[in-house]
Amino acid sequence: MLVSLNWLKQYVDLADQTAEQLADKITKTGIEVEGVTNIAEPSSNVVVGYVESCEKHPNADKLNLCKVDVGSETLQIVCGAPNVAAGQKVAVAKPGAILPGNFKIKPVKLRDVESNGMICSLQELGLSEPYIPKEVADGIFVFPEEVEVGQPVTGYLNLDDRVLELGLTPNRSDALSMLGVAYEVGAILNQKVKWPSEVVETSSEKAADYISVKVEDRESNPYYGALIIKDIEVGPAPLWIRNYLIAAGIRPINNVVDITNYVLLEYGQPLHAFDYDKFGSKEVVVRRARANETIVTLDDETRALTPEHLIITNGSVPTAIAGVMGGADSEVTETTKTVLLETAYFDGKRVRKAIKDHNLRSESSTRFEKGVDPNRVKRAGFRAAQLLAQYANGTVLEGVVEFDQLDRTERKVEITTSRINARLGTKISNDEIANILAKLAFEYQQSGEFFTITVPTRRQDIAIFEDILEEVARIYGYDKLAYTLPEGAQQAGHLTKRQALKRYVKQYLEGAGLSEALTYSLTTAERAEMLVSPEISEKAKVPIRLSMPMSEEHSTLRLSILPELLATLSYNHARKQSHLGYYEMGSVFVSNEEQISVQPEEKLRVSGAITGKWLLHPWQQEAKDVDFFLVKGILEGLFARLGFNVSYQQTEIAHMHPGRTAQLYLNKLPVGFIGQIHPQLQKAFDLKETYVFDLDLDYLFTCCHVEPSFNKIPRYPTMTRDIALVVDQQIPAAEIETTIKQSAGALLKSVQVFDLYQGEHLPEGKKSLAFNLVYFDPDRTLKDEEVEASYQAILTAVEKTHQAELRG
Amino acid sequence: MKERLQELEQEALNQVEQAKTLADLDKVRVAFLGKKGPITEVLRGMGKLSAEERPVIGELANKVRSAITTELEQKKAKLELAVLDQQLKAETIDVTLPGRPVPVGGPHLLTSVVREIEDLFIGMGFEVREGPEVETDYYNFEALNLPKDHPARDTQDSFYITEELLLRTQTSPVQARTMNEYKGNQSIKMICPGKVYRRDTDDATHSHQFTQVEGLYVDKNVRMSDLKGVLNQFVKHFFGEEREIRFRPSFFPFTEPSVEIDISCKLCHGKGCSVCKQTGWIEILGGGMVHPEVLRMGGYDPEVYSGFAFGMGPERIAMLKYGVDDIRHFYTNDIRFLKQYHQA
Ligand SMILES: [Zn+2]
Repeated sequence: MLVSLNWLKQYVDLADQTAEQLADKITKTGIEVEGVTNIAEPSSNVVVGYVESCEKHPNADKLNLCKVDVGSETLQIVCGAPNVAAGQKVAVAKPGAILPGNFKIKPVKLRDVESNGMICSLQELGLSEPYIPKEVADGIFVFPEEVEVGQPVTGYLNLDDRVLELGLTPNRSDALSMLGVAYEVGAILNQKVKWPSEVVETSSEKAADYISVKVEDRESNPYYGALIIKDIEVGPAPLWIRNYLIAAGIRPINNVVDITNYVLLEYGQPLHAFDYDKFGSKEVVVRRARANETIVTLDDETRALTPEHLIITNGSVPTAIAGVMGGADSEVTETTKTVLLETAYFDGKRVRKAIKDHNLRSESSTRFEKGVDPNRVKRAGFRAAQLLAQYANGTVLEGVVEFDQLDRTERKVEITTSRINARLGTKISNDEIANILAKLAFEYQQSGEFFTITVPTRRQDIAIFEDILEEVARIYGYDKLAYTLPEGAQQAGHLTKRQALKRYVKQYLEGAGLSEALTYSLTTAERAEMLVSPEISEKAKVPIRLSMPMSEEHSTLRLSILPELLATLSYNHARKQSHLGYYEMGSVFVSNEEQISVQPEEKLRVSGAITGKWLLHPWQQEAKDVDFFLVKGILEGLFARLGFNVSYQQTEIAHMHPGRTAQLYLNKLPVGFIGQIHPQLQKAFDLKETYVFDLDLDYLFTCCHVEPSFNKIPRYPTMTRDIALVVDQQIPAAEIETTIKQSAGALLKSVQVFDLYQGEHLPEGKKSLAFNLVYFDPDRTLKDEEVEASYQAILTAVEKTHQAELRG
Repeated sequence: MKERLQELEQEALNQVEQAKTLADLDKVRVAFLGKKGPITEVLRGMGKLSAEERPVIGELANKVRSAITTELEQKKAKLELAVLDQQLKAETIDVTLPGRPVPVGGPHLLTSVVREIEDLFIGMGFEVREGPEVETDYYNFEALNLPKDHPARDTQDSFYITEELLLRTQTSPVQARTMNEYKGNQSIKMICPGKVYRRDTDDATHSHQFTQVEGLYVDKNVRMSDLKGVLNQFVKHFFGEEREIRFRPSFFPFTEPSVEIDISCKLCHGKGCSVCKQTGWIEILGGGMVHPEVLRMGGYDPEVYSGFAFGMGPERIAMLKYGVDDIRHFYTNDIRFLKQYHQA
């Protein structure tokens, strides 16, 4: 909402506040002033001049030579505007004048003829182009008769006006009118609001003889009033109306349209003027549209209507979409003689439907949508009639033809001072509350600390105690409330175990060299199904798709974090960042329904993607390519910290390297996977060799119940043995390790692979694996024989289970 | 003999002093203290002495021997140190060459910001709660006093999946869920950080996915001044004691009264600049007293309980605090961007 301060002054005394001071106070009291602007940049020495004569320039076809009386003297001015003519009153920048843009006017010679000044267009005076009336857009501005020659134009054209731009929250539709803003400012500055005149002289003819009103949908249209104004002379509106419309950002058109717009802004009540002679009947029928009905609206669009839309008809055909836009057929034009003026209350929800369906948001429809003041509907009609009589020479017929079932009840809200103070943490007195209510112009009855407030209908947003609480608080001043801390029972805040574990896992991975990424949960349909861990794809029927995505790129909820992480690698890779390690922790969205109907399961995962070199040491030419075992090492470190014994099984997953992918198991349940991405996928993302992992944190976290217990630090020496075994290449090391552990007895405390050999000196298809075995007993020194016995038992077991041979 | 011993001592000490290497020194040792050395010789000749002289000379001989030994050892230590010094000098490296890098990662800036917010509120007795990102229309809107045809729903256009399911547009549904869980008879002090989604076209200041931290405190006798006190502590901690704070009325469907909180602009110190749109103030938080309808729907009697709620956007906070100029940086994950914020 744009608020001209010159206009606002008509309703409330601004108590000598500057625009900036006022803006600051309004913002602090609850309506954010988003900007304070000048109507135009300042100009000086521009006065009204009378064009005494206007002749062709002797040396130029397109120029005119004018003699202009500016009060103190008569100036010879060369003017290029096509519409300049003798007898006009125009805006003249005298020599020495400064126009917006710091444009200085000096006496000049144009084609050998002296020119002492300039006749100005509105644009040259600094008004913005879209709001300049069409008929003067291409030329100079011509004043109406009544202006006085020699006077500065600033006042006539409202050029010194300042405009506040209000950012209204949805509840404050009361401030969508100048009167509403006046009440707000009045409350802030403790000033009374002055209403404009609504006194209309009517003729003896009765409007009811010209029109009847019938409303079929009373819920959507509880009030419809029709006034008839005859003998209209359509022409330009008075200067002040045009000025205020321009300040409010509305382009002046003609007196009838401008007056309805003016009252719309003044009262917040949209009006519509039909050309009575083109209306097509003597009855207004308000009803829902029928299926397949259409209307051509003022913007010359043909619009299809449905029974969801409320329309105004002449009994047979639609003449307007109620509250949204009138029909082209009954539009007011220069030839209009009789106006049918509609002032109505249309239900917000009904109007909203039409706004959405026809994408027609306007000053009018917005106000109906938010709800207009029921007590202003009829008054606005009278106000417009009064202006039409005065400024369009109209004759107002007697009476308003109306349908009226409008609820104009004022709400009552009860408050007590103590409750107000308890909620705000203040010590406001009864008198102060009374004073605040008076400033707001709310009527009330008081008995000690009990107040019963009658809420004016302009404040549709106020219905309950808390609403009054806010009114009191904001007029009292939010900044006057104290800073206190809660006095209720205090409890210690802390993270839950799961939250602490999330932080721990993140910190571990960061310590291991990975950077945290945050990618979008919405991805493409293709990526949503890519690199999904088997335990997820088992449950998820289809990825979840938005009903109306904004783009295919963000259309589907992810089932895996990995594709977007690969995209992240790819993005960085393209920017010459080639050694990269990322992880992300977040949800994937799993629904086991074909057609989703209930909330999906949101599974917490942590995924990682690593590519390039690791442990780079440039000046010593050391570098290690990322490989499977690096990534596995990172995970093993994590599992060790969390106290897990996770096993790895070779597996195949789409888009993963078939020989370098493992599924992870904890307590025999799948908990994710690790491996190298398939070279084809790698190529698609334009990457080098890349390794990934993806873990189910929901399950892992439920298994975390490590309470570290004390184990004695060994006081007796450990004994170690190495064992090198030759086995078939396909036998996983982990299986041999398991056999060793199962057969070694309780004294074996750890087994570790320390060598893998394939190649020369070994038979085809065989490999040699060497394990380091560590034995100890916390309570005594071990005997050689005990260790030897265990060693032999191991040997027997691996020979039997894996056909392993001791490497010679 | 006495004189002989004193001469020997003097002689030995001179030679020790002149020794330049460990080998020289060893020669001196052998020459004077060796089995064939002069002192041994003197001692061997003790038999010829009288009973009175013998202990005197014996004592003297031992004294001389120990004096020489002490001097030898000291000199040896000195020479050894010199040798070591030489060796170490030869081992000198260029300490200005770069070290062998240990790969280190770090948290995302948003994670750091959210964690800092969490820790601050935990310190004030709040718990951290999380909830689903795919929400029901009921918890995302209706339970927060936004019935189906409420005009304010327009301003937060949402990603719907079905008519009843959508990506949450705020984290406040977690508050509604918590109220239901606490059954209307316990106080609640919680914050809920998380991802939220809105139908916005991604640009420098909009992102269809972003982060929110919302807070809720419900108890008997919660006052609006408490909201001011708690948020004041937060803002002062987060942005610095010197920043001014402004509380001004606003509107949210789920709070009444509602408040918006601005901090003074760091760049222009309140004078007005392009960052603060010439106002000198930057909006940082929204909140208010929990709307009685929201309490009621959460199972709390608004005659008995009151509360405050607030919400903030970590992206915006990070942008203001760290001067990040484009919200898309948070989701592009350019490693050069992320690394700038890996410092503790
Ligand atoms: Zn600033």
